Amino acid sequence: MTRAMIEAVGLHKSFGDTHALAGLDLDVAEGTILGVLGPNGAGKTTAVRVLTTLIRPDAGHATVAGIDVVRQPAEVRTRIGVAGQYAALDELLTGLENLLMVGRLYRLDSRVARQRAMALIERFELGDAANRPVKTYSGGMRRRLDLGAALIAEPPVIFLDEPTTGLDPKGRLSMWELIADLARSGTTLLMTTQYLEEADRLADDIAVIDHGRVIARGTASDLKRQVGGERLEITVDNPAFLGAARLVLEALGSGPSHVIEDERRVTVAVTAHDGVLTRAIRELDSAGVHVDDIGFRRPTLDEVFLSLTGRPAEETVGIES
Amino acid sequence: MSGVSWWLSDTVEMIRRNLIHIKRTPELLLDVTLSPIMFVLLFSLVFGGAIDVPRVDYTSFLMAGIFVQTIAFAGIYTSVLLANDLQKGMIDRFRSLPMSQSSVLTGRTFTDLLRALLAVAIMWAVGMAVGFRPTGGLLPSIAAIGLMLLFGFALSWIGVAAGSVVRAPEALQGVIFAVVFPLTFVSSAFVPTASMPDWLAWFADRQPMTLVIDAVRSLTLTGEPGPAAIPAILWSLGFLVVSLPLGVWLYNRRTTQ
Ligand SMILES: Nc1ncnc2c1ncn2[C@@H]1O[C@H](COP(=O)(O)OP(=O)(O)O)[C@@H](O)[C@H]1O
Ligand SMILES: [Mg+2]
Repeated sequence: MTRAMIEAVGLHKSFGDTHALAGLDLDVAEGTILGVLGPNGAGKTTAVRVLTTLIRPDAGHATVAGIDVVRQPAEVRTRIGVAGQYAALDELLTGLENLLMVGRLYRLDSRVARQRAMALIERFELGDAANRPVKTYSGGMRRRLDLGAALIAEPPVIFLDEPTTGLDPKGRLSMWELIADLARSGTTLLMTTQYLEEADRLADDIAVIDHGRVIARGTASDLKRQVGGERLEITVDNPAFLGAARLVLEALGSGPSHVIEDERRVTVAVTAHDGVLTRAIRELDSAGVHVDDIGFRRPTLDEVFLSLTGRPAEETVGIES
Repeated sequence: MSGVSWWLSDTVEMIRRNLIHIKRTPELLLDVTLSPIMFVLLFSLVFGGAIDVPRVDYTSFLMAGIFVQTIAFAGIYTSVLLANDLQKGMIDRFRSLPMSQSSVLTGRTFTDLLRALLAVAIMWAVGMAVGFRPTGGLLPSIAAIGLMLLFGFALSWIGVAAGSVVRAPEALQGVIFAVVFPLTFVSSAFVPTASMPDWLAWFADRQPMTLVIDAVRSLTLTGEPGPAAIPAILWSLGFLVVSLPLGVWLYNRRTTQ
């Protein structure tokens, strides 16, 4: 087995009465990406802050690159790059000045810092804005620059806390490409997200966390098997058909169906694609159900939670600004 | 490189950052440029004719008071600048970097020392234009400036402590005014303390601002340190010895929560 570049055992952290971390265990093998998936308030940011030496855990133990984060924070800091949930940039400095400052504070030689900063600006498509103060940047540009700051010293371990939350679809795609590049370069990466699709796409392994604890762990396909893969979803044109539609779908799916009455919608988890759609249409038709819309979609984080915990994710999973 | 040279190079990096801030938002310098100029002009022109002080011209008497008042405000203003920084994400970035963590604070207080020096230079020039005559000579004048900067530097560290505790930088401004203003008025800044009621003069004569002002006044006008110089230095060093470790401790406590 490759060695764990990030390891957390039994981490606890409370803020007053809130148990942000309640016995969190994580490990990330060298050169892999772990996606930490959880709704708002699950403890993702707190976990990242403990692992990046920003706060001390109340109990438990964590190492990064084999070094204890509580006992030797300074040593850990030489080996990590962090892009937090909110970009940690100096608003009055230009993009280039931000990168140079961070590079020099990582103890890079000034010349090396400049070369790398220029290369990152090029790669992250910030060329036109490099000499403008960051306060003029869009959300996507800030996130890219923040990622640049995390990468400038080419540290072996990178932490990204919700790198795409709040980005528009285009910004999200370009961030995904940059992260996928990192993965190919052999960097060890821990990334948090609220989007199953994002974890599925980028991570080798996924840890689902809830109330400061890991509730499921495995590869994306393990997890999908556990939560029943894709969803077949239909919308009927009259609520009267809901009962019949439900019977048909349950016969085809791999679990109980889920009905949203107001929206005249029925959903069921399916394990295989092949022929399911045609069978569904045929059987709905012979049952006399009039269908407005039918199709497959990936399970949402809410559904993952429902399958794993038997209850919906407590806090709304929304886009933060 | 050793720990000390890392600390030094990180501090220089932080000063560079603060200077870029000043370059991009010159308003950050108003408190050490425009305000003291106004004070010099208002006091010397408006009160100059009405207030009589023994032996010297009022403007020459006044300057030591204005110098120290401005330095005190500038020093405490450190708290506002630090509290502003703490509200933004940049401190998190610094704390995840393998830099000397105390350089964030030393960078701040040294930048504010530069601000104070600028303030003194401007006031000195404006003061000379309206009648300030530093007849004490060059070396005593330099010693006076050194003492003021030491006092300001010590107050900067009190500012670090305050800025690390307070959550709302705007609220700090009010507190600073409420504390520093009365202290400058109940001192020898604008009038000799002998003109105050006895009980007030008792306090005014013993509080550190009066001591620093009297020492600066004596050095710039007569060239002699005078009886206030030693207590003024002791007060400044005392403030520094207490507020520096306290400031570092409060800052660490705030940022590791
Ligand atoms: N500094 C703090 N003070 C008080 N409560 C906090 C603090 N940081 C986080 N929390 C609480 O801890 C829980 C976990 O928060 P967080 O780690 O930010 O979750 P996530 O990043 O998954 O949204 C939440 O209930 C949050 O309100
Ligand atoms: Mg978070």
